[in-house]
Amino acid sequence: MPTPSLGDYLALSAVLFAIGTAGVFVRRNLITILLSIEIMLNAVNLTFVAFGRALGSADGQIIVFFVMTVAAAEAAVGLAIVIGLFRHLESLNPDSFTTLKW
Amino acid sequence: MTPFYLFAAIAVGASLLVIAQRNPVYSVLLLIASFGALSGLYVLLDAPFVAVIQIIVYAGAIMVLFLFVVMLLNAPHEETHYDERVHPLMRPGPMRLGAVLALGLVVELIWALEKGAESGRFAGGAVSSVSAIGRLLFTEYAFAFEVTSILIIVAMVGAVVLARREGTR
Amino acid sequence: MTPLFIAQIGLTLFVFVMLLSSAAGMVYVERKVAALLQQRIGPYLVGPKGLLQPLADVIKLMFKEELRPRAADALLFALAPIISATCAFAAFAVVPFGGDTTLLGLIPEGLRLQVADVNVAILVVFAIASMSVYGIVLAGWSSNSKYSLLGGLRSSAQMISYELSYGLALASVLLVGNSLSLTDIVNRQAGTWLGFIPHWFIVVQPIGFLIYMTAGIAETNRAPFDFPEAEQELVAGYHTEYSSMSFAMFFLAEYVNMVTVSAVATDLFLGGWQGPFLSESIGWIWFLLKVAAILFFYVWMRWTLPRYRYDQLMRFGWKILLPLAVINLLVTAAGVLYFGS
Repeated sequence: MPTPSLGDYLALSAVLFAIGTAGVFVRRNLITILLSIEIMLNAVNLTFVAFGRALGSADGQIIVFFVMTVAAAEAAVGLAIVIGLFRHLESLNPDSFTTLKW
Repeated sequence: MTPFYLFAAIAVGASLLVIAQRNPVYSVLLLIASFGALSGLYVLLDAPFVAVIQIIVYAGAIMVLFLFVVMLLNAPHEETHYDERVHPLMRPGPMRLGAVLALGLVVELIWALEKGAESGRFAGGAVSSVSAIGRLLFTEYAFAFEVTSILIIVAMVGAVVLARREGTR
Repeated sequence: MTPLFIAQIGLTLFVFVMLLSSAAGMVYVERKVAALLQQRIGPYLVGPKGLLQPLADVIKLMFKEELRPRAADALLFALAPIISATCAFAAFAVVPFGGDTTLLGLIPEGLRLQVADVNVAILVVFAIASMSVYGIVLAGWSSNSKYSLLGGLRSSAQMISYELSYGLALASVLLVGNSLSLTDIVNRQAGTWLGFIPHWFIVVQPIGFLIYMTAGIAETNRAPFDFPEAEQELVAGYHTEYSSMSFAMFFLAEYVNMVTVSAVATDLFLGGWQGPFLSESIGWIWFLLKVAAILFFYVWMRWTLPRYRYDQLMRFGWKILLPLAVINLLVTAAGVLYFGS
């Protein structure tokens, strides 16, 4: 089998990103939605590292470093919100939080 | 089978299972497997630092946080008002649209990225040493680095405040 | 199939078997040393001076019935000890335990006594240590019992809290050693000052060594930080519902983790396989002696100090050890900048 080219990595990253998006659309569980967002962020990380390698610079890895940090912060705050919501309504289904609807 | 196809298969397979599982604990564990495969891909891309950081930060810290929350909330399986055995493309309304959109996204992304990467070959040099990355972090990206540390503090305080039980002093 | 390749495979198998037998040996050492510290004799019936006691223990464990609570999640219940044991063994894969050796001339070039020579070895050890949290938290969760869940959550919270101080102690050694590869750090510790003070990093980083050992003891859930598996408080915590070989795997994982922490401490702070009188190719003898000393220290700690209560343990980890580790890092950075070494 030939060594993978940049296009292979990008195709893989596209597939992962789409899987994450599908997870956000299709799943009705707040925690699984957050997990799907993490999948999307990882797909983006893979794109950055692949392009960084293709262009021979370390900028890709640096940006991945920052993306990971932001993802950690966002996961922490997101999960805190989920905990607060769960305490209020005992449910993790986003369809049950409808008080802001018209 | 070259390592790339093995890791890619594990990453895609595990991610598909993540969004297909009903038990959130299994989803978290499968996502950890997916992260492990991605870490292997980073090693193949001559980025050992990112690979190890992926394990330490993502698989070792963020996923532990997810697992704790799932366990402490005793997260129930989804109660859904649709029939679980029906394929997502056949389910009512928004979900059918969502699944179709995701399929469209795959096709469009692959088309766009393949067009942009027409050279296709990886360049010769690769910067992979940790000291080079460290030097860049503290010179060119020093401002972003400091702002990230403030971001982490803000997130920590925010998480503690949001998750605090009301009324306890 | 060059001789080097065969030697490499043989080395991997040898390391695996060595870790298994070191865990068995630690069972005996722990009971004998505990007995001597408590002024009694300890195991003496099985074999000369009780040396075959671990064999008796292993056989007993193998013949016990393998139980699983009916409400337990079968897949996770079976997976948890596997994760614990695998991470314990995997972490030792990047630890070098000897200089280049040619196995008495059987192979042309030197074979470093290390299963995998990675140039980010310190980070790999840290990464795999952070993965071993999952074994414990899954054991606690999948047993579906109050004591197990509480023990599992407490134990994993303790482990991730002390990981911070562990990482900062590693970072301090990194500054002094100027490399992430364990082999480079050991090679830097060759030579002596004034002819008799060895060039070990413990001389330069005494507080770093103490922080590393404390965090290491907490990471491996050993006394005085073993509240989550304390027999008196939580009916054995996260491995309450396990029996026979699964229980043995948790124990194996704990002892192998101890050996790994000691081995990494030896490489980082005590000069690895460097030592007087012996050339580098049989330096592994020195390595064994140093690791044995640290393991004795481990057992000594367990049977001397009283156990920390859980809130005291967390307070210690966050409010005392972490600031100390940060200050150590700052002082080390200032020192490296000033002395330029």
